[in-house]
Amino acid sequence: MVINTSTPDLAAVRSEPTTVKDTRGYRAFRVANVIILLSVCAVTLYPFVNLVAKAFSSEGFIAAGEVNLWPRGFNIDTFRYVMGDQMFWLNYRNTVLYTVVGTFISMVLTSTFAYAISKPHLKGRTFFIWVAVFTMFFSGGLIPNYILVANVLGMRNTMWAIVVPTAISVFNLLVMKSFFENFPADLEEAAAIDGLTTYGIFLRVVLPLSKAVLATMTLFYAVGMWNSWFSAFLYLDQRELFPVTVYLRNMIAAAGPAVDPSQDAVQIGANIQSVTMLLTVLPIICFYPFIQRYFVSGIMLGSVKG
Amino acid sequence: MARGTGTVVTAPVEVSATDASLAGTGGRGRGAGRRRTRPRRPGQQTWAAAIRKDWRLYSFVVLPLLFFAVFKYAPMLGNVIAFRRFRPGGSVLGDEWVGFYYFEMFIHNQQFWQVFWNTVILGLLTLLICFPLPIVLALLLNELRSRRFKKIIQTISYLPHFMSIVIVAGLVLQLTAVTGTVNQIIGAFGGDAVAFMQQPEWFRTIYVSSEVWQTVGWGTILYLAALTTIDDQLYEASRIDGANRWKQTWHITLPGIRPTMMVLLILNIGSFMAVGFEKVLLLQNPLIYSTADVISTYLYRVGIQSAQFSYGTAIGLFEALIGLVLVFSANYASRRMVGASLW
Repeated sequence: MVINTSTPDLAAVRSEPTTVKDTRGYRAFRVANVIILLSVCAVTLYPFVNLVAKAFSSEGFIAAGEVNLWPRGFNIDTFRYVMGDQMFWLNYRNTVLYTVVGTFISMVLTSTFAYAISKPHLKGRTFFIWVAVFTMFFSGGLIPNYILVANVLGMRNTMWAIVVPTAISVFNLLVMKSFFENFPADLEEAAAIDGLTTYGIFLRVVLPLSKAVLATMTLFYAVGMWNSWFSAFLYLDQRELFPVTVYLRNMIAAAGPAVDPSQDAVQIGANIQSVTMLLTVLPIICFYPFIQRYFVSGIMLGSVKG
Repeated sequence: MARGTGTVVTAPVEVSATDASLAGTGGRGRGAGRRRTRPRRPGQQTWAAAIRKDWRLYSFVVLPLLFFAVFKYAPMLGNVIAFRRFRPGGSVLGDEWVGFYYFEMFIHNQQFWQVFWNTVILGLLTLLICFPLPIVLALLLNELRSRRFKKIIQTISYLPHFMSIVIVAGLVLQLTAVTGTVNQIIGAFGGDAVAFMQQPEWFRTIYVSSEVWQTVGWGTILYLAALTTIDDQLYEASRIDGANRWKQTWHITLPGIRPTMMVLLILNIGSFMAVGFEKVLLLQNPLIYSTADVISTYLYRVGIQSAQFSYGTAIGLFEALIGLVLVFSANYASRRMVGASLW
């Protein structure tokens, strides 16, 4: 499967030089198509719009089920309330910290390994690739992982339990590998003639010329880390270490159907929930229009080699 | 080094030009002359020679290999506690062999079979609904003529993919709440409010819908890319033969993206048993366990929360083996029937 990273507009090309006019059925289809696609967008966006509306509404209107597209009982007190919570900021800071550290570790491990296994002459290369690929299809399972991280390595209640065990994503590794494989060999050779060692070539020639793929991979890792919650939920039990996703999860769980009678008292208003959710996704929504195309190109790169 | 150059004399140069030049740069920096006469056959080096020559490259491999050994392969070996009795405070690999004791334990457990079938049903529903929809959406997008409109729709439909599962679960719970939007719509048509998250019969619908919402847009990317690779002459030829748009789609477009479809189908089948563990865990509550509890969440509860490590590991191993068998058989079937496969 060979894929062009730029998407030529096939539909336009296909429809341009027709001598045949569109049939009436096809014209009807095109109108329906636009309507269908617009509704897909509406359905996709609605939950977010609803979230924003609820974040600015007063709790009474939400509880009465009267908030849809527009805030009712507009106020920003909820924002003040949530942002006044020390723990929220502490957890938010943790998320940033884990994301930065985790992404850094991931990038170092992934890029060096990808570079090494992109060299066809490296003895043992096939073995190294299989070591990585096999883990895509079979893994140790939740409990052996838990015993390893918590009991053997003693990473409980440390940042390392969050950022280290998931450091290399095999998918990202393969994407980078195929990128490095297509790196112009002449450049590396010229650098070698100029007396650079493998380290020098990698750091001063290959990496500076791989900014696109590095940016893509950094984003993949960073968004993954920003959004992750389960390993934090599993390995951390001190509130001050939680990332904001776990803060949010606990808030949502507390607001759920009160099965455990003891939780009844901590019903948390939907407005507070909404504000917390909004603040958590805000960075991603803000960066989203800019980072989206990197993700798309990353997926494409990955699919070239399959 | 002498050995390395020695092989060159006898070995016919069978490495392609690019391979040879890549090979040349990988090794040491100095001595351009020596490097040029070194198109070697990888299989013929000894490890000692290879490491002496490429030690810098091998140094790149050390930490990642250590990572895989510790965090991926050690837990695989740790699965051995499925066959051994694990006691907290005892050996991390268990204390004594118990054979298939824990496997028999879950096989004879009524609750296990309930979560097993829940998993299968949820997995099948997800596969049947979430796999074809991106194809349909990609085909619809492909029929658009305005490039900008297409771009906007793509950008919007990718958005849910970037949301944390926690956010998705939060949104789902809000929308399906008694005062949520879904119930407002039901109310507008004169229906009674439904407490969706407290009634087991609704869970599958809610789960699959949220899965569609989250994955359908992002799922189109690979199909849209595959669509651009279809030879335009095929369409022209078919137009001359009088094929209408629908026939073109059926006879050219769909076969054109079949390899992509197969690869994604195999991958989907492979992750079939692992049905969105995190999402189910966030959405479920004890009132709806009868449909919402799946193997992975059951395993989490008995294994981690009740600390039955050996029992949980046995279930996990069972699940992982089913996944492995599924992906291999799907790959085999696909290679035999359509000629497309992962490896």
